[in-house]
Amino acid sequence: MSAAQGVLDRLVTGDRTALARAITWAESADPRFRAVLTGANERVGRGWRVGITGPPGAGKSTLTNELISAHRAAERSVGVLAVDPSSPFTGGALLGDRIRMDGRTSDEGVFIRSMASRGSHGGIARATVDAVDAMDAFGLEELLIETVGVGQAEYDVVGAADTVLVVLCPGAGDGVQALKSGILEVADVLCVNKADLSGAERLAADLEEAVSLRDVEPHGGWVTPVVSCSAGTSEGIEDVLAALSLHRTWLEDGRLEAHREARRLAQVHRALAEAVDRELWEAFGWRERAVRLLADGAAHYDVVADLIEELRVQTRTAAGGGASER
Amino acid sequence: MSGAAETTTDPRALWEEALNSAKLRDVDFTTLSGEELKALYTSEDASFDEERDLGMPGQFPFTRGVHPTMYRGRLWTMRQFAGFGSAAQTNERFKFLLAHGQTGLSVAFDFPTLMGRDSDDELSLGEVGQVGVAISSLADMETLFDGIPLGEVSTSMTINGPAPILLAFYIAAAENQGVAPEAIRGTVQNDILKEYQAQHAWLVAPEPALRMITDMMSYCADRAPQWNTISISGYHIREAGSTAAQELAFTLANGMEYVRRGVAAGMDVDSFAPRLSFFFDSHLDFFEEICKFRAARRIWARKLRDEFGAKDPKSWMVRFHTQTAGVSLTAQQPENNIVRTAYEALAAVLGGTQSLHTNSMDETLSLPTEKAVKIALRTQQILAEETEVANVIDPLAGSYFVEAQTNRLEAEAEAYFQEIEERGGVVPCIESGFIQSEIHRSAVKYQRAVERGDKRVVGVNCYTEEGDGPPEIDLHRIDPAVEREQHRRLGELRSTRDEKGAGEALEAIRAACRDGSNLQARFVAAAHAYCTLGEIAQVLREEFDQYKEPKIL
Amino acid sequence: MTERRIRVLIGKPGLDGHDRGAKTVASVLRDHGMEVVYTGLHQTPAMIAEAAAQEDVDVVGLSLLSGAHMALFPRVRDELTARGKGDVLLVGGGIIPHDDMDSLEGDGFAKLFGPGTPTTDIATWIQEEMEKRFEREGEEA
Repeated sequence: MSAAQGVLDRLVTGDRTALARAITWAESADPRFRAVLTGANERVGRGWRVGITGPPGAGKSTLTNELISAHRAAERSVGVLAVDPSSPFTGGALLGDRIRMDGRTSDEGVFIRSMASRGSHGGIARATVDAVDAMDAFGLEELLIETVGVGQAEYDVVGAADTVLVVLCPGAGDGVQALKSGILEVADVLCVNKADLSGAERLAADLEEAVSLRDVEPHGGWVTPVVSCSAGTSEGIEDVLAALSLHRTWLEDGRLEAHREARRLAQVHRALAEAVDRELWEAFGWRERAVRLLADGAAHYDVVADLIEELRVQTRTAAGGGASER
Repeated sequence: MSGAAETTTDPRALWEEALNSAKLRDVDFTTLSGEELKALYTSEDASFDEERDLGMPGQFPFTRGVHPTMYRGRLWTMRQFAGFGSAAQTNERFKFLLAHGQTGLSVAFDFPTLMGRDSDDELSLGEVGQVGVAISSLADMETLFDGIPLGEVSTSMTINGPAPILLAFYIAAAENQGVAPEAIRGTVQNDILKEYQAQHAWLVAPEPALRMITDMMSYCADRAPQWNTISISGYHIREAGSTAAQELAFTLANGMEYVRRGVAAGMDVDSFAPRLSFFFDSHLDFFEEICKFRAARRIWARKLRDEFGAKDPKSWMVRFHTQTAGVSLTAQQPENNIVRTAYEALAAVLGGTQSLHTNSMDETLSLPTEKAVKIALRTQQILAEETEVANVIDPLAGSYFVEAQTNRLEAEAEAYFQEIEERGGVVPCIESGFIQSEIHRSAVKYQRAVERGDKRVVGVNCYTEEGDGPPEIDLHRIDPAVEREQHRRLGELRSTRDEKGAGEALEAIRAACRDGSNLQARFVAAAHAYCTLGEIAQVLREEFDQYKEPKIL
Repeated sequence: MTERRIRVLIGKPGLDGHDRGAKTVASVLRDHGMEVVYTGLHQTPAMIAEAAAQEDVDVVGLSLLSGAHMALFPRVRDELTARGKGDVLLVGGGIIPHDDMDSLEGDGFAKLFGPGTPTTDIATWIQEEMEKRFEREGEEA
């Protein structure tokens, strides 16, 4: 445990290599990470976490870079966690987000870490929240989480961030497509990037209409603002910052604890669903059962009904002992 | 089925049967670029109309060459790229090459110069004079051409981001020799688009870089009419790993973008298009390369005449320089590189090049030695004087295979033009990394093919020898003293020039950046005031947007 | 039980823009299951070392074709050491004469790969070296 104590001591005194090592332990599921985080627990929760998600080509990295500049201009320290996909075949990954942020490498107020998704499909890696916690404990004030961005809505970022910024642009990530994929449910702020391209105004109008027509209110009264910017030329960045700041103020007005709790719960829920699915399908043998039932000529909904009924019976048996023997 | 085959007397069917039943070598029958090849090409594969698709030499669409006489009139220019160390050392090499029969000069610059940094910039550490000559000011340019009359030689300068500044140094050096800009002849590469795509030596973002280029085109149209303002280059795209078709497509797409910009800046296409020239790679796939050169001429002629409405036949012509493929050279058994280079040179000549650089055998190891450079030049001279290939114009025309591949390459290029247009044009395709990732993908694919043994490389994955490690040839090294001497020279320059005049010249550039007036004339004035490359470039970096490479992995 | 993956940083120090080799090697290392951070062109030694520190990589691979390796490679090594990363597996490649390879290998670099080295050889060599290192760490822990 002495190694963990050493890293903890150095982490809380601002040693960047200690932060780097703690994140490595988080990623490799090394038990020493828990020891570090437990020791630094009181320091977690001070930073503000913004998740940045959106389809490929929408300009997430460029926008992230602009946000870093703006925060640095305001003399606030920044932690960036950029997630890239792992290859499902080899497990390897190419992590290239630093390329666009290279001007920030020598800035002592910025810490950038690239992370491979390692088999998670929700846009962030299993260790992302841990890594951001470590950055938070280290004392970084503005925490930016850039998701994989492979196309589908990346819900897991909701559990990792206080504010979710969804970046779209005309053409590449088509607005209607984005709406279909449920992007409105995750967005606290919607940003139309590359506002100088044709179709940008139309996309912004579509998004505003969708926000206003939304009859279910997933955000407890928060009306998702739609802002436009051109991250390449820094135009409109102040609008993005204002919208982010508005959301923060709104949450900090007595809503933050409940918000974080609800989001963590949602995250547990999704992770659990994934784990249960994996467990039943593979370890529990439902896959083979389904194959057999289908081979016997059952329709797919019959197979589902059958298996769920079986699960209910088994759960009752396990939970109630003799109660089910009637 | 088999009964019919047994009794047929159709020669084609008989041949197909013989081929299909024979045991063939267990290799991929593809071009170097990975294109499937047939065993035999016939008239069915090569549809062409002689008048429409080939034309006569010196006539539209120039498939057979840009001059009516081709090498009967004049051999290609043997132009060996050279430059290393200090301006004084390169000046000596230039005189050596001119004395051995070379007919044009070609300057290679070091990385600091290519990136617009002075030799004493912090980022230049260790790089000064390494891969080319270090030129930080007019003083260095004057030393480089000391004793070489700039009104008589033609000079090619491989420089891009800071090309307008280096051209200004050259113009000023000529003026100081008493030679007017009207009399200078030569080329600056100045092809910034391919820098973002492949070679990666840029100064500022694409839009301001393109503005500097149109300013230069307009200045030269007025003042230096014999100067070629852009050498639109496929070479670096190919060396970065593209296929032949990608080299062709991206190069011509870049060329068309320059034409669009010139026209959009209010110039008549015929006022600048004749001063555009091209620069291609000549790689090892003999026929594919020849066809690439032929296709380039035909595509450009059609685009310029039919799409851009150019009326001057000189605007329609692809005049091009060729360099043999540096990437085809191997560190193992380096003498073999002489042979590779000879085949590549032959392809360039059969493809109708206007000038040629042949690589030296030791270039994968370091800068070429004098002996290696001489062999490379002699390779061209043997080709010109002994092989008799220069006697007949476009000797491969009409070959079913050659015409079929020429058509195929043209079609592939057209498909790319369309895709680039759909993606918003060349600049958006650079910003999104589309072109870069197409090149990267081809590079990785080729590397895998070599490592699997699907593509053979002598001395690398076949016919290897024990002790293929350290080469037995002498290496040419740059003395670190060059860097120290450059620091001294720059210090001296800054302490002896008229500081006030230099400062005013830089402010005039800053003003032109903002008010849109022609930058090229300001650069020439700043050159005369002995402003350094780094100082001028710094003004541009401050005034214009910077470029960041996209993440394309 | 930990899940270690080899993390590599591929860096291009200096002004040279030839990234074909660096990017190809990065792709091949990825295909061998490694996580590869690529930091882009035109990096100073300090930028590369700082990125390596933040990313906590196991391996740093430098690529340089401009001839400035004897000036820049040792600087990267020094900058790494200054950040407590002197223990990374440090390798390099590019147009590097044999004498220089020998001298760098005796001076903090684990291995230099010359022109024409098959990329799969590079990947395999790194894998074998890192397996040894992970084993040693396991024994120490």
